[in-house]
Amino acid sequence: MLEVVHLTKQYGPKLAVNGISFSVKKGEIVAFLGPNGAGKTTTMRMITGYLPPTAGEVRIEGIPIRQKPIEAKRRIGYLPELPPVYPEMTVEDYLHFVARLKQVPGREIKARVERACARCALADVRRRIIGRLSKGYRQRVGLAQAILHEPGLLILDEPTAGLDPRQSNETRELIRSLAGEHTVILSTHILSEAAQVCERVIIINRGELVAVDSPENLARRVKNTDTLLVEARGPAEAVARALGAVPGVAAVAPRAGGDGVAQFQVEAKGADVREALARAVVNGGWGLLELKPVELSLEEIFLNLTAAPAPAAAPGRP
Amino acid sequence: MSSLWTIVRKEWKLYFVTPAAYVVLALFAVIAGFFFYSMLAMYVMQSLGGGMFGQGSLDVNSQVLQPLFFDIGITLLFLLPMITMRTYSEELRSGTIELLKTSPVRRMEVVLGKFLATFGLLILLLIIAAGYVLIVVHYGKPDLGALWAAFLGLLLMGGSFLALGLLISSFTRNQIVAGVVTFALFLLLWVANWVTAYGSGTISGIFSYLSITSHFQNFTQGLIDVKDLIYYLSLIVGGLFLTARRMELAE
Repeated sequence: MLEVVHLTKQYGPKLAVNGISFSVKKGEIVAFLGPNGAGKTTTMRMITGYLPPTAGEVRIEGIPIRQKPIEAKRRIGYLPELPPVYPEMTVEDYLHFVARLKQVPGREIKARVERACARCALADVRRRIIGRLSKGYRQRVGLAQAILHEPGLLILDEPTAGLDPRQSNETRELIRSLAGEHTVILSTHILSEAAQVCERVIIINRGELVAVDSPENLARRVKNTDTLLVEARGPAEAVARALGAVPGVAAVAPRAGGDGVAQFQVEAKGADVREALARAVVNGGWGLLELKPVELSLEEIFLNLTAAPAPAAAPGRP
Repeated sequence: MSSLWTIVRKEWKLYFVTPAAYVVLALFAVIAGFFFYSMLAMYVMQSLGGGMFGQGSLDVNSQVLQPLFFDIGITLLFLLPMITMRTYSEELRSGTIELLKTSPVRRMEVVLGKFLATFGLLILLLIIAAGYVLIVVHYGKPDLGALWAAFLGLLLMGGSFLALGLLISSFTRNQIVAGVVTFALFLLLWVANWVTAYGSGTISGIFSYLSITSHFQNFTQGLIDVKDLIYYLSLIVGGLFLTARRMELAE
């Protein structure tokens, strides 16, 4: 369905995207995961033909987008970070315009607009002016625009950014419902979102492809080194010594505390040390206030993954 | 080809769902009307006086219509930047350019569509101007051939303004910047032949050739010269071509 071969984009001396290659099969939902500025948007813009790549190739259903832009673009639906709407138009006028722009045959336009409105739950705002709609609705108009011509490949750049939790849940539901007919690539910087919606995650950091894997595998790989947060009421030094003495603990780093409460970040190697840590605190006669695994930030996940030996990045790739 | 009309229709829809186009049209009618009235009043006064002092017969063409066409040209110089300044800048700012550039449309179709849309508005303006001219045609005996030539001149000059305005608008997402730069460029092109007044030789020749006014003058006098046609057409084609190139390279 989609093949990306050694895609590179250079802005002056800066490499925004550096030799990314991957492929996506028909009907898959794939997430681009990466922190802001990782090159997600640039990659998507090159896939959609908005930006010419410095090097590399993009093929959609085997059609190279650089050589045959019109043919390839007909097969793409694209929702940029900001929904590309004209605020002065009504939803209906706008969708009709997009339908003509996407070369939907004249007699089918009405039915397609109808269908897109129904799927994106826009029926009750069809005659409203887009500029007066809420952000959530505007995002849905953007989605309707992307699926209007029923393209094989849907590219969604941060489809849930800026939405409230209920709206982003609805949007995720909608995207999942689209998966049957369309191949979907979406970008996000939220790991849990990628895990909820996608079968495969492509991780990008600083313009480079870090890993391609299923969300479950990624979560497992990331959890290899357990980092735990321990909060106890007691003298900081004595508690730290007791925690450090627990077998399996590699390092104890003090964190913010005060008021007789001490906080530590405990690195464990291999074994599950949670019970032993709890025992150590209680045996010392201190109060255990909190003991939980530290959620790794996205940046830390990248550090973890990039630090891992190279073969680890291979499994899960078709 | 159908994509071209899709773009034209969209642009027109946007002109007329906002007050922008109505304001431009209405103000143009007022300003051109004022110019027409003052030229005509002057002419009437002179013709009364002329009869008294036995001067030769007065010419409607050179005393009413020629200056009127010139003033209409100046009015276009002020108004057209306001029409072109949003064409690309607004799409760049709001991100709708991403929709246009990722749709199965040729860049030239988008550029041409936008140009034709603004050109349509120019034609509407000139129809308003033609209303005033028709009054003269009805009551006087102007040289009709010269009138057609003058309108052709206005269309070509306006078209060149529009093509250059489109090009400038494609360079910035800021409408004000686009408008001001466009206006400044038009003004420079308008006054470029002033150098001929105090200089001679190659350089002043170049400036005189670049000047939009010196080419326009011939049209108002009823002269259609190939040299002038080539000047305007190359501005239009060059402007549109560069705009398309610019869109291809732009981020």
